[in-house]
Amino acid sequence: MNHPVSKRSLFKLAGWSSLAAAAALVGCGKKEEPPAAAPTAAAPASAPAAAEPLKAAWIYVGPVGDAGWSYAHDLGRKEVEAEFGDKVKTTIVEKVPEGADAERVIRDLAAQGNKVIFATSFGYMEPMLKVASEFPDVKFEHATGYKTAPNMRIYDAKFFEDTYLAGMIAGSMTKTNTLGFVGSFPIPEVLRNINAFTLGAQAVNPKIKTKVVWVSTWFDPPKETEAAQSLINGGADVLLQNTDSTAVLQTAEKNGKYAFGWDSDMSAFATKAHLGSAVANWGGYYKKTIKEVMDGTWKTERTVWGVKEGQNDLIKVSDAVPEDIRKKVDEIKAQMKAGTFEVFKGPVVDNTGKERLAKDATGDQDWRDKIDFYVKGVEGKIPAAK
Amino acid sequence: MESLALLLAATLNAGTVLALAGLGLLVNERAGIVNLGAEGMMLVAAIAGFATAVHTGSDVLAFAAGIGAGALMAAAFGVLVIWLNTNQYASGLALSLFGAGFSAFVGIRYTQEKLGPRPSFAIPGLADIPLVGPALFRQHPMVYLAVALTLALAWFLYRSRAGLVLRAVGESPESAHALGYPVRRLRLAAVMAGGGLCGLAGAYISVVYTPLWVEGMTAGKGWIALALTTFATWRPARVLLGAYLFGGVTMLQFHLQGEGVEIPSQVLSMLPYLATIVVLVLISRNPTWIRINMPASLGKPFFPGG
Repeated sequence: MNHPVSKRSLFKLAGWSSLAAAAALVGCGKKEEPPAAAPTAAAPASAPAAAEPLKAAWIYVGPVGDAGWSYAHDLGRKEVEAEFGDKVKTTIVEKVPEGADAERVIRDLAAQGNKVIFATSFGYMEPMLKVASEFPDVKFEHATGYKTAPNMRIYDAKFFEDTYLAGMIAGSMTKTNTLGFVGSFPIPEVLRNINAFTLGAQAVNPKIKTKVVWVSTWFDPPKETEAAQSLINGGADVLLQNTDSTAVLQTAEKNGKYAFGWDSDMSAFATKAHLGSAVANWGGYYKKTIKEVMDGTWKTERTVWGVKEGQNDLIKVSDAVPEDIRKKVDEIKAQMKAGTFEVFKGPVVDNTGKERLAKDATGDQDWRDKIDFYVKGVEGKIPAAK
Repeated sequence: MESLALLLAATLNAGTVLALAGLGLLVNERAGIVNLGAEGMMLVAAIAGFATAVHTGSDVLAFAAGIGAGALMAAAFGVLVIWLNTNQYASGLALSLFGAGFSAFVGIRYTQEKLGPRPSFAIPGLADIPLVGPALFRQHPMVYLAVALTLALAWFLYRSRAGLVLRAVGESPESAHALGYPVRRLRLAAVMAGGGLCGLAGAYISVVYTPLWVEGMTAGKGWIALALTTFATWRPARVLLGAYLFGGVTMLQFHLQGEGVEIPSQVLSMLPYLATIVVLVLISRNPTWIRINMPASLGKPFFPGG
């Protein structure tokens, strides 16, 4: 029998159709966002200069509605749309796990003609680096990482400036002289927040000690609740977290203690407990990047902006904070804006008594990247990271 | 001493979710049905309860919505496995996956909503006992309800006629059928009651325990509750104790960290699951212990008239 459809070609067909199904699945997770600004009326249809809009894509680790990290990045994306109108076309992909899926999503976005791709979580670094080598014409942007390529660069924020300011408020509001910190993972980014929080508190109250509880996740509200509760049970009465939900703040409210919002303005979630929100404004950097891509001035670099550049801030400071403390916070903030204040300035001593930064030395980016200790006043030892 | 009392209070609170869901699954399994959909039912109930609380401001209505959502999902599962005789394990898994996806889809618009802290309820007199008083007797009413429910369920299963029939349906549906009991309807009732209790547990998480809605927020508690019924060898009092044990291990790992005990946080995070496995292994070492209590027809399909 000489039938054209052999078993092997049937297999092939099955293979291709399952591939197609997988591709369709990837497409499902994606949302096309129309530009926010209304298109200008009656644009000349044949204008030769009316080029295609610049396609830009964002990848988020959480849902945009997390009220925290991903939400803050999406606010930045919206600023881009407001600024450039129909000259850009933005796409977002939410809840992309930091693993093999991330690489597929990034490659997919590059293949679809996006000229610049923002990956907004630390774990996207390696997948993005891999895809970057395959698409030399696409600009790759990675948040909070440390590896670059000719077409991949990194950007970050000085959250530790926010946590220092929060620490000043915490140190003046605590009655037990014990602060609590719900940590995600013991990596330098989080450790320097814990340290800056403690240093800020000690600047106004030398008796401060800080207790730390690690939850091994960026986002798990019941777990964050339990961790916050155990810190409060342990005597902490002002809490800060490096996790992305409002759970810690709400637990503080329930227990009649204080806490801070993180990543975005969380004042609405707790009327009494909320002392201030440490926020990131990514819009400025995103607008700068888009402009550079349009102008062709984009180049590989590492950007770490802080309070000075308007990248981050401590906002909505509660009325419960005494006037003189608010003034002190404003003074330090003004110095940060002027670029004359360093959070990590020697002498910095760790909690075993070892000097980590000599007198009058300042901790630069390189030093901050390698923080692997608690400053004096933080209790306990850092659990093995990685 | 005081910190121990506080740890105890947090343990009771954390254990309540597991106890409610575990008791629900116990009723299920006593009727001979294994429902692996607990996690999915809890998630759908969590969003149903949260949405209701946001719109009505009433916790009672929120809990009712949670129970309703759980029971409704269980009913769909029940019809599949009891009348259509589909595989219980596969159907339960499907229910879990469906619940996780469906709750995420429905919950999108609630991720920014908020609820205020829920009041606790102090038992007059007892709450003023020094140290343990505030810990044990100043909790959300649901914490006491879980204890009351355990006692009621133990009475129902071992002291009431209806409980005897329910157990008969799980042990030998053929005999119960021969005696004239409507085995399928009884099983459906048990499955729906179980789903309702899982739903109550889910609503408790999103309305009281962590008053917000996040996708996948039950974080595996449904699976622990499933393990709990086996761990408890299908006895209500042991379900309650097991729930407190697991809740305690969860809280203890945070407590130890706060005290500065040096154990990697990742190890501490897996302690509750590790405890589940260790206990399951330990009780499996004594097969008679399980065999005596395990409903004889657990997981087996029933064909009336066959």
